[in-house]
Amino acid sequence: MTERLTRDKETNAPDAIGRAAGEERNLDERNLSVAPDLPAVTGDEGAAAGPQNRGRSPSRIIWLKLRRNRTAMFGLYTLIVLYGAAILAGFLSPYSYSTLTTDAPFHPPMLTTLRLFDEQGRLSRPFVYGITAEDVQLKTYSEDLTRKYPIKFFVRGDEYHILWLIRSDIHLFGVDRPGRIFLFGSDLQGRDIFSRVLYGAQVSLSIGIIGIIISTVIGMLVGGAAGYFGGAIDFLLMRSVEVLLALPSLYFILIMRQMFGQGLSSTQVYLIIVIVLAFIGWATQARVIRGMVLSIKEHEYVIAAHALGYTSFRIIVRHVLPNTLSFVIVTATLSVPFYILGEVALSFLGAGIQEPEASWGNMLIAANTSRYLSDFPWVLTPGFFIFIAVMAWNFLGDGLRDAADPRTLG
Amino acid sequence: MRTFLIRRLLAAIPLLIAVTFITNAMLVLSPGNYLDTIKLNPNISPDYIAHLERLYHLDSDNVFERYWYWFWPALRGDFGYSFLYNQPVWEMIGERVANTLLLTGSALLFSWGLAIPLGVMAGVYRNRWIDKLCSFISFFGLSIPSVFFSLLMILFAAKTGWFPVGGIHNQAIWDLMTPWEKFTDSLHHLVLPTIVLGTIGMAQYMRQMRSEMIETLSQDYIRTARAKGLSRGRVVFRHALLNAINPLVTLFGFSLAYLLAGALITEFVFGWPGLGTTVYEALRDEDEPVVMAAVTMLVLMLVIGNLIADLLLAIIDPRIRLE
Repeated sequence: MTERLTRDKETNAPDAIGRAAGEERNLDERNLSVAPDLPAVTGDEGAAAGPQNRGRSPSRIIWLKLRRNRTAMFGLYTLIVLYGAAILAGFLSPYSYSTLTTDAPFHPPMLTTLRLFDEQGRLSRPFVYGITAEDVQLKTYSEDLTRKYPIKFFVRGDEYHILWLIRSDIHLFGVDRPGRIFLFGSDLQGRDIFSRVLYGAQVSLSIGIIGIIISTVIGMLVGGAAGYFGGAIDFLLMRSVEVLLALPSLYFILIMRQMFGQGLSSTQVYLIIVIVLAFIGWATQARVIRGMVLSIKEHEYVIAAHALGYTSFRIIVRHVLPNTLSFVIVTATLSVPFYILGEVALSFLGAGIQEPEASWGNMLIAANTSRYLSDFPWVLTPGFFIFIAVMAWNFLGDGLRDAADPRTLG
Repeated sequence: MRTFLIRRLLAAIPLLIAVTFITNAMLVLSPGNYLDTIKLNPNISPDYIAHLERLYHLDSDNVFERYWYWFWPALRGDFGYSFLYNQPVWEMIGERVANTLLLTGSALLFSWGLAIPLGVMAGVYRNRWIDKLCSFISFFGLSIPSVFFSLLMILFAAKTGWFPVGGIHNQAIWDLMTPWEKFTDSLHHLVLPTIVLGTIGMAQYMRQMRSEMIETLSQDYIRTARAKGLSRGRVVFRHALLNAINPLVTLFGFSLAYLLAGALITEFVFGWPGLGTTVYEALRDEDEPVVMAAVTMLVLMLVIGNLIADLLLAIIDPRIRLE
């Protein structure tokens, strides 16, 4: 009996696995562009590689394929919302990042206590009740039911700038003083966490973009030069790349930050963070671009450009590097999180953006005090936004990588 | 094998010199030094401060000279004295290195111990629920910032009381414990930082394992193995897994580097007395000898990690000869 059972198992098992593997193969043949690790991609990608793609530019094909990738598009939309909110931070937030409310430190989030129905149970415009501090030590609050503050739109409040250009004091929403609205709660100084998250996004999210642009430019130039010239230049550049890659990055970032000293303005600190992160970040890109340039420089058009007497710089920048562009964009997208997380880590360790300026990293410092963390868990809100932003960049980067796969460019 | 080992170790020497030189130069160039705080003390005579300056070679701003003063004793194993604690750096840092190795080692075990089985299952049962679960875990792990994850874990520990909220062991009653209690207490403290540090790497290796597995399962020799009538387990583990795992072994060396670099934040949040917190505190106090020794240890560990990865690859893949 046992023998029979095991035999059965043995004859059945390969069958099952055979079907599974067979499916894989069919899928892969029909559907070359789907990277095996992204199950969420649906739709017949094979069609994109078909004859109807003739006459379409590669970037158009990539875009068409990207649009069919639901996770990637979800990431893209999330990023548009986040970056849009960061640009419009002043308008969307009810207060400025430094507006203090000394009598309301660590007020819990009001998102859950927004009222839509009044005492009689009738639907009214959303309102919040006034705040009464019950215990100053424990920071407990109760709602003062006698004072009602309806949420008003386009109210005047703290002054702000949008992109250094537009100056205004009109906020999307707010409540009349002395009422307060803390959608995500307030911090130790009674500042509105919702407003600070929006202002912090300006710092944390823009560092990602600026950092990646700088390090990509350096990486392309260094990688291009190393690959194109070869010889001693290649040796020298690649050895320095190896040293940079061997460094334990976060330690090195901290030590490098130390070099610039303390007591700097927030703009200076911002620039230093970008420089430090880009200084570490370009190495990976340079190494891979060098590899691509090594094969590209053998093409006839490069030799032709050389024969025409163009300068090496022109050949590298105008003829060689554009061919690495789709790869560069994919890696750049996937490395943006490194910069966002780098800023967060630096600011969290106290070496980055300083108070009262807001960044997602320095807002989390409050959470490092375990009493604050366990009693007022809403101080973790910025961490949630870091998570969302990093995930969105990862989604978009993965989608771009699949879409830019040259096997399906047709 | 021996020539390979020797060649690799020799190649690591210029790397070590370059990294320590850059670190030292940046420390020299950073404004201020440890004596600045002492200078504020009116009870200490300027003569003594000048004496200390000469003793520690803090009077020179020449990066090459300063590097030499560090390099020459370090070559003979003398990493100097900690300015702040006034004890040999070596005594101070030894325990910290052990703590960091304990944490990264257990994170390494955690991440690889979960990544390989989960990746294999996700690859074999592609597009089933287990695969979907794994892809969710991997996106979560790849995207969650370690600052946030550590803080979430501390919140979890504080709210449930199931785990200690930081530290390496229960300081108050540590000396009263039996060896067995010490062991369980250390394990208890190790759980949360291990999960935080291990999850991030795990996500990456799991994805890699899955895609390697899928690719290997579509190879002709797998079909041959199936056609021979081999059992499913034998096909998956003997024929597919051993071939699919090769590229992951190269990742192993990187994973150690990644863990050591990533450990800083985790150590900082959990109050884990490892290299990360040491470097952080030493930088704050401008205790240069400690920073230098810690960086040297880190880079040494990275080099050794990469070496281990190469050796592992040679053991697993008989096609690779280390000559």
